[in-house]
Amino acid sequence: MSVTAKPVVAAPARDAIAAPAVAPHQLAAFVVMVVVLIAAPFFVYPVFLMKALCFALFACAFNLLIGYVGLLSFGHAAFLGSAGYASAHAAKVWGFPPELAIVFGTLTAGVLGALIGALTIRSRGIYFANITLAFAQMIFFFSLQAKFTGGEDGIQAVPRGTLLGVFDLRQTYTMYFVVLAVFLLGFLVVYRSIHSPFGQVLKAIRENEPRATSLGYRPEHYKLIAFVISATLSGTAGATKAIVFQLASLTDVHWTMSGEVVLMTLLGGMGTVFGPVVGAFLVISLEHYLAQLGSWLTIAQGLIFVVCVLTFRRGAIGELGRLLRKPL
Amino acid sequence: MTATRVLVLAAALLAAAVPAHAQISDGVIKIGIMNDQSGTYADLAGPGSVVAARMAIEDFGAAKKNMKVEVLVADHQNKPDVGSSIARQWFDADHVDVIVDVPTSSVVLAVNQIAREKNKALIVSTGATSDLTGPQCSPNAIHWTYDTWSLANGTGSAVVKTGGDTWFFLTADYKFGHDLERDTEAVVVKNGGKVVGKVRHPFPTADFSSFLLQAQASKAKVIGLANAGADTTNAIKQGAEFGIVKGGQQFAGLLVFLTDVHALGLEKAQGLLLTESFYWDLNDRTRAFSTKFAERHRQARPTMAQAGVYSAVLHYLKAVEALKSDDGPKVIAKMKELPTDDPVFGKGSVRADGRKIHPMYLFEVKKPSESKGPWDYYKVRATIPAEQAFRPMDQGNCPLVKK
Amino acid sequence: MTVFGIPTQALFGQLLIGLINGAFYAMLSLGLSVIFGLLNIINFAHGAQYMMGAFVAYFALQWAGLGYWPSLLIAPVVVGLFGVLLERTMLKRLYHLDHLYGLLLTFGVALVVQGVFRNEFGSSGLPYTAPPQLTGGYNLGFMFLPTYRGWVVVFSLVVCLGTWYVIERTKLGAYLRAATENPTLVQAFGINVPRMITLTYGFGVALAALAGVLAAPIYQVNPLMGADLIIVVFAVVVIGGLGSILGSIVTGFGLGVIEGFTKVFYPEASNIVIFVIMALVLLVRPSGLFGRTA
Repeated sequence: MSVTAKPVVAAPARDAIAAPAVAPHQLAAFVVMVVVLIAAPFFVYPVFLMKALCFALFACAFNLLIGYVGLLSFGHAAFLGSAGYASAHAAKVWGFPPELAIVFGTLTAGVLGALIGALTIRSRGIYFANITLAFAQMIFFFSLQAKFTGGEDGIQAVPRGTLLGVFDLRQTYTMYFVVLAVFLLGFLVVYRSIHSPFGQVLKAIRENEPRATSLGYRPEHYKLIAFVISATLSGTAGATKAIVFQLASLTDVHWTMSGEVVLMTLLGGMGTVFGPVVGAFLVISLEHYLAQLGSWLTIAQGLIFVVCVLTFRRGAIGELGRLLRKPL
Repeated sequence: MTATRVLVLAAALLAAAVPAHAQISDGVIKIGIMNDQSGTYADLAGPGSVVAARMAIEDFGAAKKNMKVEVLVADHQNKPDVGSSIARQWFDADHVDVIVDVPTSSVVLAVNQIAREKNKALIVSTGATSDLTGPQCSPNAIHWTYDTWSLANGTGSAVVKTGGDTWFFLTADYKFGHDLERDTEAVVVKNGGKVVGKVRHPFPTADFSSFLLQAQASKAKVIGLANAGADTTNAIKQGAEFGIVKGGQQFAGLLVFLTDVHALGLEKAQGLLLTESFYWDLNDRTRAFSTKFAERHRQARPTMAQAGVYSAVLHYLKAVEALKSDDGPKVIAKMKELPTDDPVFGKGSVRADGRKIHPMYLFEVKKPSESKGPWDYYKVRATIPAEQAFRPMDQGNCPLVKK
Repeated sequence: MTVFGIPTQALFGQLLIGLINGAFYAMLSLGLSVIFGLLNIINFAHGAQYMMGAFVAYFALQWAGLGYWPSLLIAPVVVGLFGVLLERTMLKRLYHLDHLYGLLLTFGVALVVQGVFRNEFGSSGLPYTAPPQLTGGYNLGFMFLPTYRGWVVVFSLVVCLGTWYVIERTKLGAYLRAATENPTLVQAFGINVPRMITLTYGFGVALAALAGVLAAPIYQVNPLMGADLIIVVFAVVVIGGLGSILGSIVTGFGLGVIEGFTKVFYPEASNIVIFVIMALVLLVRPSGLFGRTA
């Protein structure tokens, strides 16, 4: 499941690891991304962009787990959705201001991630996929039955509120830039996790786990930490989405949502930095375009899966990176 | 650097690919039909509702009156988040004036909020929740064709009066199912009946054998199906297998549409009791309307949901014409002012709480031997006059209604 | 006499119903198990192939007037051929990669197939009646058992045990098992391994289609009939142990019974009980009940 630019020759000794400097092409790509996203709301319907940004963050978080740890979780919707419910409830019923509601949602997902991660991290491959799915289904059932989640209706009429007492989030553009800021923050957290000593160890574990163990690293700990980071940031995406759309619903905890984030990451490029962002935007755009055509959307998504797996395994950014001979 | 150039190009292409919102002048009346175009409710509303809306626009004579009317269509996939996204986009960017149809109560409530926020209009035909004319009532919305209260009242009281006085509920375990069960139970008890048992099944469920067994064991005269769509048809189909009807029990479908009966076939559905507000074979006017509809929609007769869309759009256009404006709450107010008359429901009116009233009918599904051909499925068992068919205005807790 | 407030009579009825449902789970997970156990392919398209089987039965009736009994043979063959085509054109290319790519590919295929059928046939479901020889039922005293349901249990048991026997106890099965352990060596003996793999995949898919034909008279024939079923069936296979055919059969029937009891005591949770069990089993025995260690 890994796409590496060059094989790791040997895992470096612990105290000799230095954080690698930021590659110039990645910095350039980052700058371009930021500029485009700042300009975009003036050309494109901002609510659409906000949706794409939330999913982009979700995909980046998911990619941390699959691209850099090699674990396919089929239950990530649990984190997206439960953070959404937590933040919606906090904002609507407890009257939390939006920044605290999002933080609360994030923390909920983090705690959930720690619990589920602790129970599942020892599994691998298809077993891991299945057990994460099992827990996600249980979260779905809980969301369905619990009174506060509103069942099929979800939590509706969530107030946007005023950020830090100053910024009125009911103004679309204000909301947009807040979402952009949240996204960039999350993106940078993921980036830093990958390009750091921690990330190097993850890479080593992915390449050759027994060797990493023999060097003194405890793979379970590292995998668990990565899992928790992934879950927490998925939660941030979900919590923010609940505030933007003023709604938390069952769709976000349903197992097909877990499938969607896999699609976004696969299409964009697993194990690349910018892949999930591009993948999320592409999939959301596709949904938007094909929304009128009902089943054609499902067919299109299925075809993308098939084509990507057969011939396009590196995804859009992965292929681009290969063309340019530089990892993106 | 190449990377930069390529990424900028890609981003630009992406931005261009997403449709930019065009500015439409307000000389156009834009009607948005939002429903389930391809899922469980596609047959009872879906593309048929769009056909009905277009028929209404033609019959209103928009072209001759120099009124430009446009129809937009969207599939909300029965999800409140998709529905609210579409509603926002339609109201903000596409300048849609009114959203019509909207099955699935959770979506109804979400879109209702947004219509209120954006000062536009919403007319619900297929959605069922009676909360729309209750605590959630709004000066921007009208509930057109039917609601959970009228169904519960129709089927519940009529069935008890004809001897079905012990009930067992088979309820879909979600809010809509619970509401339907609650409303029907209240009516049954009020009319002197008794509820001897209930079981809640997950939503959706494919296999009802276990629940049907429990229903059989209860020996209730009536098995109330507080569910909809595939759950209802599966329960009935499997009920036939387990000899429920042959064993002397009767099914009462609390939310059944003509298309469900069509999918089941008379062999399995015969004897089913249900309440609807429209049937194509009621009178000459409904027959004429339905024949025209069938020609444009694969020979299928309209369900009450689709017929409701026709009636709603027609009345909406009349109100806009009288008001000479398409301002949301003003048109809704005008629609409440003007009495309604159309081939679908005949004469009726819209109350202050946003409830359209017209007669409801208790139907029984014919035996195969009684039917003369496809779509000839119902016989009328009782007619409930408009004043009695819907929840009294003072019982709804609607803030718009002065006590 | 009552057990937890439910009369024993009623309990027996629920037990029988549970066995009947279990028969479906067992047949479906059998196909999945064969495919994974022998080929290491995770066939997420299984639910869609089950649905195709039901549709082939429906078409056979509508277009050719062929009833239930011929469909029991036709549907598995037709859908099996589709499976063979799928394997030959697409799955073959993924054998050298991580299993999970096979999962993603078949997931994509499932989406495409379901989408196409939904486009054509909507989601309301099409009627299909049981053959006249199997209509009606028997009054067993504690419940009324429709003949067709009884047939389902018997037929599934026969198919399941038959398949298990062929794979575990015959020479053909031995070749198959050997081929997955060491394809090169088995190929060196002159056995056409790729063809065996293709046919085995086809066989697993045919089993799914057969389950679909069995299901058609009971459930509505509709494009989404396999969609939510697939994750349950996966859970069954995982609990039984990936690769253990006996494990899938036992777990399938067992789950049917457990689900049946849940429907009596806590019906709202009957959809979810399988996942709770799966989580518990995987925590205690990570390879499943009968599985060989990964």
